[in-house]
Amino acid sequence: MIYFFQQALNAVQLGSVYALIALGYTMVYGVLSMINFAHGDFFMVGAFLCFVGAALLHLPFVPVLLLSMTGVTLLGVATERIAYRPLRNAPKVSAIITSLGVGIFLENFTLGLSPYPKYIPQLLPSFTYTVGGVSVSTFQLATIGISFLLMFALHLIVNKTKAGLAMRAISADRAVVPLMGIPVDKIIALTFALGSGLGGAAGVMYAMAYPVIDPYIGILVGWKAFISAVIGGIGNIRGAVLGAYILGMVEIMTAAFLPSTYRDLVTFSLLLALLIYRPRGLLGRAEIQKV
Amino acid sequence: MKSKNIMAILAFFFVLAGCGKPKTDTVRIGVIAEITGAIPAVGASCKNGAQMAAGEINDAGGIDIGGVKKKIELFIEDSASKPEQAAAAAQKLIARSEVLAIVGPNSSSNALPAAEIAEKSATVLMTPWSTDPKTTIDSKTGQAKKFVFRACFTDTFEGKVLGGFARKELKAAKVAVLYDVSSDVLKIQAEMFKKSFEENGGRIVALETYTKGDKDFSAQFTKIKNARPDLIFLPSYYTDVPLQVQQARRLGIKAPFLGSDAWSSEDLVKMCGADCEGSYLLNHYSPGTTNPVTQKFIADYKARFGGSTPDDVAALAYDAFGVLAKAVARAGTLDRAAVRDALSQIPAYPGVTGVIKYSADSGDPVKGAVILQIKNGGFSWFADAQP
Repeated sequence: MIYFFQQALNAVQLGSVYALIALGYTMVYGVLSMINFAHGDFFMVGAFLCFVGAALLHLPFVPVLLLSMTGVTLLGVATERIAYRPLRNAPKVSAIITSLGVGIFLENFTLGLSPYPKYIPQLLPSFTYTVGGVSVSTFQLATIGISFLLMFALHLIVNKTKAGLAMRAISADRAVVPLMGIPVDKIIALTFALGSGLGGAAGVMYAMAYPVIDPYIGILVGWKAFISAVIGGIGNIRGAVLGAYILGMVEIMTAAFLPSTYRDLVTFSLLLALLIYRPRGLLGRAEIQKV
Repeated sequence: MKSKNIMAILAFFFVLAGCGKPKTDTVRIGVIAEITGAIPAVGASCKNGAQMAAGEINDAGGIDIGGVKKKIELFIEDSASKPEQAAAAAQKLIARSEVLAIVGPNSSSNALPAAEIAEKSATVLMTPWSTDPKTTIDSKTGQAKKFVFRACFTDTFEGKVLGGFARKELKAAKVAVLYDVSSDVLKIQAEMFKKSFEENGGRIVALETYTKGDKDFSAQFTKIKNARPDLIFLPSYYTDVPLQVQQARRLGIKAPFLGSDAWSSEDLVKMCGADCEGSYLLNHYSPGTTNPVTQKFIADYKARFGGSTPDDVAALAYDAFGVLAKAVARAGTLDRAAVRDALSQIPAYPGVTGVIKYSADSGDPVKGAVILQIKNGGFSWFADAQP
């Protein structure tokens, strides 16, 4: 039983990182019906800004977190303005291809600065507590705690503010929203800002928990987060969080109770099975498309 | 407009083609290194080792080819640590740069496709660091490749030595293994270790895997912790090791780690810090040795590249180049096949990483290894291991 709880804790930590990134995918999809494949690389830039803050500027934890979140927020807004807005009325596929291009650009730009993997110095004191046989490290507590805090903040913004109302309105029907006097461009920029900021925070959490980073970390983690969003029902905020924890749980528990080689096999088989029975994800709503 | 563009492109290619000097003025040697990609430290060391070896030979006047001293000209290509790019680099060096022989690539995933091309084109390829037995074996016939050589020992040898070492020297009875199932090299090391360790009377209590790119090993280590091993065998690349050891320590695992030659980079100790203290690894050479050839190499390398101690890749690349240059001198002609024959018959070569010699029908040298321990933030010599 202790073994199970230990693994469950590992799963919650992994799920928290996936959740923060999955939110970025799902929010952008919610307002634009577009998949921003560069989002995984925004996350990677967040991790590298963490390196800049921690290893080069020797900042403590909170300023590093703020630096990464601000930096990636600006990157997200700039990308939307430069690369995605001109394509707003182009076919969806063009925007998706552009986002892939932005991602490859970011990877190679970072690679061009320095090809060596970076090591992140410890930002928090490292302790391991043992509670009833289960080992808990300060990093796990920080990752889980900060993720919950940020997700709660996002929940408030989306559900309790006017901007959040506007976001939800755009998600429901983008054609009608401008007629109500809502500045669509600003709201979309805000959505990108929020999603990217969370991605930046995820980068810091990730870099603390797994302190060797390279320009390609965004690819695999980004895919996993994207899958989380799809499992939960892409476009749905609560769905993304739910999907992330399910994915974290399945990945860890597969490795825990089956040979670890089957991890991705089981994970992706479950995803396929789920999509057959619920093509819109767990919390996604059915949508009738007029042709 | 369009035809103008085409003309411009054609003109560009004519200019490129016109660049070539006569290709017999110098001894043209290609180098394929992992300069960017997953293991850039390996690429940098290989490049340094090769440049240093070539520099020393050129400073001494060059290689004597039929009575005329000719300088070495290096053609360095980046494989980006990708198999397809390594193959393309080999193709380019052989066909366009018309090199006499190639040093590199280093990682086996890169060396294998490049070796196939070199074998087909009858050009000597000397890999400094690829320990995969398959690199020098023809996949179709199962016989040794004619034109592919290496300067290092093989994984089969490595796994065997490590299994015996864990049981006999470290007195471990229960060992857990974690390895990258997507890497041929690491898989062979893990399998050979298991076989040899069990033959020596030990027990493998956990055999866990992960896939390239994984960063979270908490599930595997929680499982390993439950199996209570005396020692954990971890054949992983140096960029993964710090993550893995750190996660194990945070989960409260106290058992020491045993690594393979994939650990050997100064970066590992820098990144891993106190978590890796006391761990063991097998390597191609030890900077702590008293061998005068090795000591001279280390001193020269430090002087040339600003103080850092050369790692095993640098030493092996230097040796690979040294053996190759010796073979070219013995062949006395710029003929690819003659160089191959000279190489296979080379008398015992006193290299930085030990004495290198080839048996008549194999590109695998007969040579020993060393076991190192990580102590006070550096590698220190622990024991010698002979085949």
